[in-house]
Amino acid sequence: MVHDVLLQMTDICKSFPGVKALDHVSLTARRGTVHALMGENGAGKSTLMKCLFGIYRKDEGSILLEGKEIEFRSSKEALEHGVAMVHQELNQALKRSVMDNLWLGRYPMSGIAVSERKMYQETKKVFDELEIDVDPRQTMSTLPVSKRQMVEIAKAVSYNAKVIVFDEPTSSLTEEEVEHLFKIINMLRDRGCAIIYISHKMAEILRISDDVTIMRDGQWVDTRPANELDMPTIIKLMVGRELGNQFPPKTNEPGEVALEVENLSGQYSQLRDVSFTARKGEILGLAGLDGSGRTEVLENIFGVATRRSGTIKLNGKTVRNKSSRQSIKAGFAMLTEERRATGIFGIRNIRDNTVISSLSKHLKAHIYLNERSMRKDTQWAIDAMRIKTPSQETKIRSLSGGNQQKVILGRWLLTDPEVLLLDEPTRGIDVGAKYEIYQLIIDLAKQGATVLMVSSEMPELLGICDRILVMSGGRLAGEVDARTTTQEEIMTLAAKYV
Amino acid sequence: MRNPVTAVKQTAARYKTMDARDKKSFWVDAVLNNAIYIILIIFVIYTWTQNSNILSGPSIVNLINLVASNLPMALGIGGCIVLTGTDLSAGRVVGLTAGISAALLQTATAANKFFDSLGEPGLAMVFMALVLALLLGGLVGLVNGFFVAKFQLHPFIVTLATQLIVYGACLMFYMSNGNNGQPISGLSDAYRNFVTGTILPRFGNNGALTIPNYVLYAIIVFAIMWFTWNKTTFGKNMFAVGSNPEAANVSGVNVFFTTMMVHALAGVTYGYAGFIEAARISSNVANTGQNYESDAIAACVIGGVSFVGGTGTVSGVLLGVVLLRIIFVCLTYLSVDQNLQYIIKGAIILLACSIDMRKYLTRK
Repeated sequence: MVHDVLLQMTDICKSFPGVKALDHVSLTARRGTVHALMGENGAGKSTLMKCLFGIYRKDEGSILLEGKEIEFRSSKEALEHGVAMVHQELNQALKRSVMDNLWLGRYPMSGIAVSERKMYQETKKVFDELEIDVDPRQTMSTLPVSKRQMVEIAKAVSYNAKVIVFDEPTSSLTEEEVEHLFKIINMLRDRGCAIIYISHKMAEILRISDDVTIMRDGQWVDTRPANELDMPTIIKLMVGRELGNQFPPKTNEPGEVALEVENLSGQYSQLRDVSFTARKGEILGLAGLDGSGRTEVLENIFGVATRRSGTIKLNGKTVRNKSSRQSIKAGFAMLTEERRATGIFGIRNIRDNTVISSLSKHLKAHIYLNERSMRKDTQWAIDAMRIKTPSQETKIRSLSGGNQQKVILGRWLLTDPEVLLLDEPTRGIDVGAKYEIYQLIIDLAKQGATVLMVSSEMPELLGICDRILVMSGGRLAGEVDARTTTQEEIMTLAAKYV
Repeated sequence: MRNPVTAVKQTAARYKTMDARDKKSFWVDAVLNNAIYIILIIFVIYTWTQNSNILSGPSIVNLINLVASNLPMALGIGGCIVLTGTDLSAGRVVGLTAGISAALLQTATAANKFFDSLGEPGLAMVFMALVLALLLGGLVGLVNGFFVAKFQLHPFIVTLATQLIVYGACLMFYMSNGNNGQPISGLSDAYRNFVTGTILPRFGNNGALTIPNYVLYAIIVFAIMWFTWNKTTFGKNMFAVGSNPEAANVSGVNVFFTTMMVHALAGVTYGYAGFIEAARISSNVANTGQNYESDAIAACVIGGVSFVGGTGTVSGVLLGVVLLRIIFVCLTYLSVDQNLQYIIKGAIILLACSIDMRKYLTRK
């Protein structure tokens, strides 16, 4: 097949007040190929795509679709020209049916009424073609995220899209769902579509893409065939320096048993009879598939989920941990998975975000809070975590994901915790910041904290944990030694009770 | 707080680096973000050219009095708005507590005495009535807060219900004891002196002007609220809950308690407002306080307490109350038709909310 050029973006520039977000970036997508777009957070990948879809207006440069100059004013217009995007965060009308979502804005009509029958048939046709097993009449919200994503892809196909952009499509998919997605992507490629694939996951990129373009700080760095690349090279190109190692050296040493959890079961979750111990200075990983009960273990220990049964002992003494307040007093801290939904107070400044869990330390005469000591603690957090911020008064939502995460870590360190419960501590954080977070976690363990860490990224667990507990179907499927285990062993355990 | 001088310097430096298009949008933003103040200044100047009395001593004292009587309630409601809620029951709570305060503090010789057995009330009785009003307001607030916090009902629904319940109770109160819905008036000197009397020296020509005591009380309420919002754990927790209740819960904030207390505190301010209002207007009916909440909510929004939640300041509320009152006073001085005033009021609330929301829209 001739891989002629379908989409050609040349020398795209885009500035925001004070920032040059894109500086002469070029990207060429050829028919029948998958083109991966990589870069750290803030490298300009999303901005580039937003320029393509008319969400932003480019300042300079040209976009050619099949040789014709185009400038879309909205993603709908782009869609009508055969350029589609499957977003990372799905924007769907959740209360409506699958087919309503598919035909939104261009309902098949019969006379003045919308033809439900035609809509159903057309939807079924597209689904069959893509081997998607979803009832078109089902309500969107009843589908799991993976299926909803499939619907989004089907929508792109139904527009006869020639260029399809996938923005981090696998971030919430299981291994099996990823396989299905890849099958569909391959199918689309064989039909002659040009796929632009944005992802952080290097293994995936190397597996599925034909070409790879790497961006850094709003600039184009390199475009190479995927078979000429390997992970260290990609990291080097993305970060702009050699990352000698993805993980800092492990300097912590597990000591006495600190935390004992016995027969932990959730009242409203499927968590059943989980028992384990964790040592002082130990980093204990929690692996498993999405929904296997990893998060629930942390939530039940911390008391933000209701326990059905189970005892928790810290240093031999039973702790109640019925609410987050009791848990904090007992020496526990919890970093949640969804930073934006349950971590940060977006509209408040960094100081408010930092001191919220340790306000009692700043209380004077039992009624008022000492401004100076709050400033001092916040400054400590900014220095210790190396948080990049113009001031303590900066609103937290204007920081990058990595810096937000450091603020929340700082919040918890100020409560002097003995046990840190970390749920996906590096989710949505770029490579450089990840390393810093790993270093912080290891340093904490070295200073004698017990760390429980949930992660979906297997290399991360293998890289910094001492032991790994594997959850499956709400139960503890097994325990492995992080130094000797393999990804295969963990995956086998994770599938034990599914 | 950022140093205002350096802030201006920074803005000026930033402005110099902008290109023509950004400079234009900078000015558009500057005008729109301050539109309410610009309109206000134009409005006052226009009114002054039509009727110069607006800037006279009595007019300004009147403005201060109006602000003082509205401020405490607005501060109470402000807390509810910080929690992304609202409180529709405020006006009716004012009505009920005003009626009860008045009934308890009638002079011994009042024409239609509500409680026949009560004699001439002294200062102790005045204080008792005040405490009762505060407790009653606080109780309604606690009920509001309980349903909001426990059942996660939207405050709009909860306070809509309590508004009706309190109004019903208020009507029944006015019908009870053989009062048959008559206005309650004939308030005792002790009560009136306590609220509308003055401990400050008279001033103006021939001492015609006085600042009543309730202005001083409003300053005290303002100070207490400022301290509560800015310097206490409760205040920090309130903003945290308003900004992100889930994150607040994980961070160890007692979301239930905080929500209850914000509503209870709001209720206390309505009780206080009722106690003051009764003495101010001196003849009380069941409809006293009606729609007071709408002015208070409007003042909060104008003052930057956003319905987005988690943001707002006590001084912003004060500013909002002052701005709203100035506009109403201007309308009165311009002899604008009473009915038309409602329309203008509505337009101002819409305008203020739009300008406020503009700051939080994600720009593309």
